[in-house]
Amino acid sequence: MPAAMIEVQAVTKRFGSTDALAGIDVSAEQGKVLALLGPNGAGKTTLVRILTTLLRPDSGSARVAGYDVVADAVPLRSTIGLAGQYAAVDELLTGRENLELVGLWYHLDKREYRRRAQDVLERFDLTNAADHQVKTYSGGMRRRLDIGASLIARPAVLFLDEPTTGLDPRTRNDVWRFIEELVATGTTVLLTTQYMEEAERLADQIVVIDAGHVIATGTAAALKAQLGGAMLEVRVADPAELDRACTLLADLGSAEPRIDRDEQLVSIPTPGGTALLLAAGRRFEEERIALDDLGIRRPSLDDVFLSLTGAASARSVDGATATPDAADTSQ
Amino acid sequence: MTDAAVEQASAPPARMTPRTAARDTAGVAKRNLLRIIRTPRLLVIGALQPALLLVLFRYVLGGAIHVPGGSYVDYVVPAIFIEAVLIGGMTTAIGLAEDLKSGIIDRFRSLPMARSAVLAGRTLADLSRSVLSLAIMVGLGLLVGFQFHAGAGSIIAGMALIMVFGYAFSWLYAAIGLATKDPETAQVAGILPFFILMFASNAIVPVATMPASLQGSASNQPLSSTVAAVRALLATGPAASYVLQSLAWSAGIFIVFFTIALRLYRNANA
Repeated sequence: MPAAMIEVQAVTKRFGSTDALAGIDVSAEQGKVLALLGPNGAGKTTLVRILTTLLRPDSGSARVAGYDVVADAVPLRSTIGLAGQYAAVDELLTGRENLELVGLWYHLDKREYRRRAQDVLERFDLTNAADHQVKTYSGGMRRRLDIGASLIARPAVLFLDEPTTGLDPRTRNDVWRFIEELVATGTTVLLTTQYMEEAERLADQIVVIDAGHVIATGTAAALKAQLGGAMLEVRVADPAELDRACTLLADLGSAEPRIDRDEQLVSIPTPGGTALLLAAGRRFEEERIALDDLGIRRPSLDDVFLSLTGAASARSVDGATATPDAADTSQ
Repeated sequence: MTDAAVEQASAPPARMTPRTAARDTAGVAKRNLLRIIRTPRLLVIGALQPALLLVLFRYVLGGAIHVPGGSYVDYVVPAIFIEAVLIGGMTTAIGLAEDLKSGIIDRFRSLPMARSAVLAGRTLADLSRSVLSLAIMVGLGLLVGFQFHAGAGSIIAGMALIMVFGYAFSWLYAAIGLATKDPETAQVAGILPFFILMFASNAIVPVATMPASLQGSASNQPLSSTVAAVRALLATGPAASYVLQSLAWSAGIFIVFFTIALRLYRNANA
């Protein structure tokens, strides 16, 4: 049985009259990636701050690498690395100076932190800029340096708070690769994300959080299975037909159909396969609704997320563009 | 744990000793000194404000102010030395508020470094800025006609007293920076202690010219005690009682605001 490196039991945290965390249970085994998935304000960052000793829980217990976050805060800090939402590197220092100082503060000796800073610079492709001030770095370089700084002490548990938010797709892929390499060497990673794709690619275990509660836990595959086997998806030619299409499909699925007005798309989780697809096709033909597309696809984590968190949170995840389709989910 | 994880956990066990705390503090001081060196414009502009005060009181207002038994330039310049150090201390407040806002304090607090290191390293680095600022002001002071009337030992003691006072105050500024959590607010709040202390003090005009009800507090408050002590040390007055009074104020300010600033740092959640 592998050791549990993160154990969170019934942790609560209140800010004023809001429950940021309303009794959260989470755990991660050694060498695994745990993704906290949830909209803004769900409590993801609050949990990370508690696990990295920046914030004390109001009640409940939390242990990281066997250390209690309150009682053993000092040894715990030697065991973890944290890369927060904002690249916490010093603009006026060079990349190398930033890394070496963090190594010093982890109480490595001088030769060791120099060597490790050089390793990190090489690994994160920053050698050319190593001795330039960070203010000359691009956003992606800063993020790489920030994550690199959190790795200087080779932490047993690494916390990454939205590690790829605001990064371009290529840099995002680089960061994902770094995380995968790290996990291959036995590091346990807890990351928070708003991107389903990120959780799906990296996480062994996904915990969906909304309004301070855990609303689902499982692997990406298990979470998708909750929605049924497949998604039946219909794209209508005329947006005015969206509501009729929705009514036609309603009894074919295992849950309410969802309308995406921007995409002129109706989708519905469904247990069936080809027979259902043909049945749906016939109905549209009988009602003379012209279609651009009709098909069955595997559900994405987005589908899971939207069906779990419901209309209110979906709005805050995707911003304004998600509003029409989020509102329609509740029909 | 597997072997891989045992190899991974290669950071030494965290045991906080005075030695590691001193090393952590030296690291923070190094970081802040590098920042000071790399923003020379800030140093120059920082020296400009007290220089303007000096010109204002030496040439604009000085002619209208008369002090008993001496020249006004010798009266006001020591006070401006101290004010230069107090004005410079505001950078401590602004710098810490910036660090809080940028999220770098979060990283510091997640590291196994001593809790006092971030504040002690910053105040010590800013102390070096004050030394420089004081040196510039001494040069300017001599240029506008200020004269030392004391021996070298006494002058050095006077300068040291200014630095002790300035360092104690930097912990008040640290607390202001941590409490305001925002550089702009820290800047506005940071000017307050300087003004409050300067208003009812012996820095610019003799206390004897003030209303009787104000005289008691005006002559015994921290700035006045220090100004009186420094004036005595740079000239040839009896300094001992003022020096003791100033040191007592510095110790009190240091203890109170060290405690407050450290508590704010521990609970920083910007």
